[in-house]
Amino acid sequence: MLEHDVLVVGAGLAGMRAAIAARAAGANTAVISKVHPVRSHSNAAQGGINAALVDRGDPWEDHAYDTVKGSDYLGDQDAIELMCRAAGGAVIDMEHMGVTFSRDDDGKLGTRAFGGQGRARTFYVGDFTGQAMLHVMFEQLIKSGVRRYEEWFVTSLIEEDGQVCGVMALEIRTGQLFAIRAKTLIFCTGGLGRVFEPSTNALIVTGDGMALAYNAGARLMDMEMVQYHPTTLAGSGVLISEAARGEGAYLLDKNGDRFMEKYAPNMIELASRDVVSRAEQTEINAGNGVDGCVFLDCRHLGETLIKEKLSQIREIGIDLAGVDMVKDLIPIRPGMHYMMGGIKTDVDGLTNVPGVYAAGECACVSVHGGNRLGANSLLDTIIFGQRSGNHAADACRELEFVEFNVDEAVSREEKRIQAMLDRPQNGDRIASVRLAMGETMNKNLAVYRDQAGMDETLHDLVGLRERYATVPVDSKGRVFNTDLVFALELGFMLDCAETITVSAQDRKDSRGAQARTDFPDRDDENWMKHVTVIKGEAGPDISYLPVTITQWTPETRKY
Amino acid sequence: MDVTIKVRRFDPDADAPETYWQEFNFEIEDTATVLDALIKIREDMDGTLSMRCSCRSSICGSCAMRINGHACLACKTQARSVMDKENTIIVEPAGVMPVIKDLVVDFDLFWKKIEEVEPYLQPEGPEPEAEYAASNESMLHLSGVTACIMCGACVSDCTVMEVDPTFLGPAALAKAYRFTADPRDGDADGNSIDRLKQLVKPSGMWDCTRCAECVQVCPKGIAPMDRIMALRDQAIEAGIDNSNGARHAEAFVELVGHSGQIDELRLPVKTVGITNIPALMSFLPVGIRALTHGKMPPIFHKNIENVRNLRRLIKKLEEPKQE
Repeated sequence: MLEHDVLVVGAGLAGMRAAIAARAAGANTAVISKVHPVRSHSNAAQGGINAALVDRGDPWEDHAYDTVKGSDYLGDQDAIELMCRAAGGAVIDMEHMGVTFSRDDDGKLGTRAFGGQGRARTFYVGDFTGQAMLHVMFEQLIKSGVRRYEEWFVTSLIEEDGQVCGVMALEIRTGQLFAIRAKTLIFCTGGLGRVFEPSTNALIVTGDGMALAYNAGARLMDMEMVQYHPTTLAGSGVLISEAARGEGAYLLDKNGDRFMEKYAPNMIELASRDVVSRAEQTEINAGNGVDGCVFLDCRHLGETLIKEKLSQIREIGIDLAGVDMVKDLIPIRPGMHYMMGGIKTDVDGLTNVPGVYAAGECACVSVHGGNRLGANSLLDTIIFGQRSGNHAADACRELEFVEFNVDEAVSREEKRIQAMLDRPQNGDRIASVRLAMGETMNKNLAVYRDQAGMDETLHDLVGLRERYATVPVDSKGRVFNTDLVFALELGFMLDCAETITVSAQDRKDSRGAQARTDFPDRDDENWMKHVTVIKGEAGPDISYLPVTITQWTPETRKY
Repeated sequence: MDVTIKVRRFDPDADAPETYWQEFNFEIEDTATVLDALIKIREDMDGTLSMRCSCRSSICGSCAMRINGHACLACKTQARSVMDKENTIIVEPAGVMPVIKDLVVDFDLFWKKIEEVEPYLQPEGPEPEAEYAASNESMLHLSGVTACIMCGACVSDCTVMEVDPTFLGPAALAKAYRFTADPRDGDADGNSIDRLKQLVKPSGMWDCTRCAECVQVCPKGIAPMDRIMALRDQAIEAGIDNSNGARHAEAFVELVGHSGQIDELRLPVKTVGITNIPALMSFLPVGIRALTHGKMPPIFHKNIENVRNLRRLIKKLEEPKQE
């Protein structure tokens, strides 16, 4: 029998941080991940990690204020305070583990400017900070001796008498199903980018954890808050880091004008992401773009700076769009990038389901509220990854394993999967269902939204769910059957899409990433609250939670 | 544009599993990458095609495979740039590692090598309270190595690993260099003597044959072979020269510096050491074969013409550099 005190699902930065913490606290810990840990999407974080280092004269309160303001006052201030206070120590910890952070002339950690913040407090490694941190975290995971189930895909949770007591998992390499018993689960499965098409997110980012937890009764929160990043590449939709603007790049319309001066006279290109994305979309809609894009201009930064600090995005531009930022403008547009919402947790990662934790992008503490600041996501992963690992390990001392019939659990799941494999060909394809979902989401739940559009999407999703029930799986074999994995992921994504849409429909104001043309103003009187959703008998049940306000009273945002 | 993707496939679930080729002919956009083309096959034509891929922007390291015979990241390779006159692209799984299914290979060997070099920072002294003080140059230099995404392209095309699976290989040795070159690793001066002592052992840094394939195929410009050469310099500078590799390198310079060419009789003797009787005995069969095939090097080694010029050159190289 495979069993662990703490089983972490997902091995990106949050997952590995959680596992290392739980192991250090003495728990029998394992991580399970559908890809090898270093393939995780934390890799894609480019620009850096925020922290106010007090010894540089940057009080953590300033970072917290910028985060609260960036969240459009929807972030819970107690959680934000906690994160920002711990940030400096967490960055130093990462440095001690071996991250090759950029330095200043004194040999101390150097910073760059990032959007929505009063001063430069973003620590970085070129423009591949996430990759640098992820690989170092994997080094620490190796050192810790945590058991790793690599390329194992969690297909469902095992519940006994309403208690979550383990997971069913597919060993992708053999196609064999296993039940893994666990006292506590920590979901660190990342975002759900592929629910949208296009998205900056990797193909593996399919909301698995959010859907698994939701189906087990977990509360999802702020699901309407979907971040569109201001600079995603025309065509493929791949990310071009905010670090470019942090280093001084301009945004230009088709006439070569810096249009952000109109929208954010102080911060200009470095306003928060929701503000910049809306401005771009407004300009594009007004006909001031070219082929649905505006331009990122890095030419004045010079080749030396670009090579040292922005080498990866230069490479991406050349490889994927044939433009060299040293001498060309990069055509960009707002593109789906990050999920502020997720599984509702407290500051220790605990959800409303006993024994179930969540951390990182799949969780919603909420520290990002309506809009996440650039370079706060890496911080979120390591702070709350560590806290949830610690807390879960502590909780395990008081918990017993729940007995369940392993053979029965395995054979039940075996039957479900075999039934999927046995579906006859009917001309439909998994990819075309996914594409239709992505397109309707990107059409109606993008930068600007309205009721009619969201109604259309909800209607589309009903039809897509019907198609999903019969869509055939081409590949019938067991060994490395990626087609089967895609089919299972698509089910998770459809669940996520529905919760996003109903949450966005419910919120009748514009706040953070949600901009409704039919409710264009922020309405603090009625909507200064979190929209949450729990799975009910007949579909998603909406309810509300208050926003925690400690020291910053909501005011109108200006950048 | 039209493209024909010729994929080498393998289905282990088949009744009689064997490798076969399959061609797909279809339209792709002019800017499409090879990965875009493969995804189109998988999504629109044949869902049984298995491969690993994720980020589409050469950072996750999933989609290393052989394209037209050389290891590449499929997501970093423009289809247009690798098509032949008939618009055909040949796609195969990565080399060295065994195939699991289609383009998916078994990375167990790869990760075993990485773990062998104890891939985590090991400072000998106490941690400072704040960050380690270090120059930006040193961090930039390391970042040039830590930018490795562990895609396995170098291992796939390593000509040593192909014949000797015990070799640590380019990825693991580059990873090791990432620590030996880190001012935070090892003693107070940043010297990682224990690591270097491990790495000079057989199957380590001295087993690279300098074919430069890894430098050629690395999609991130890590240049693993150059890192291996830097490891050798570090080992010799640290006085860890009690290895065949170090002796070989020194003997090489000594012999060439003397006569202007390698003395093939003396080089192996100097490499293993004149007192190493078992190793010397192991050369006997090679020697006998060389003799019977008329390939025995001359016993009396001659100087090349103008050897003095060469000696001057070597002397100059060995002088300490003027700053």
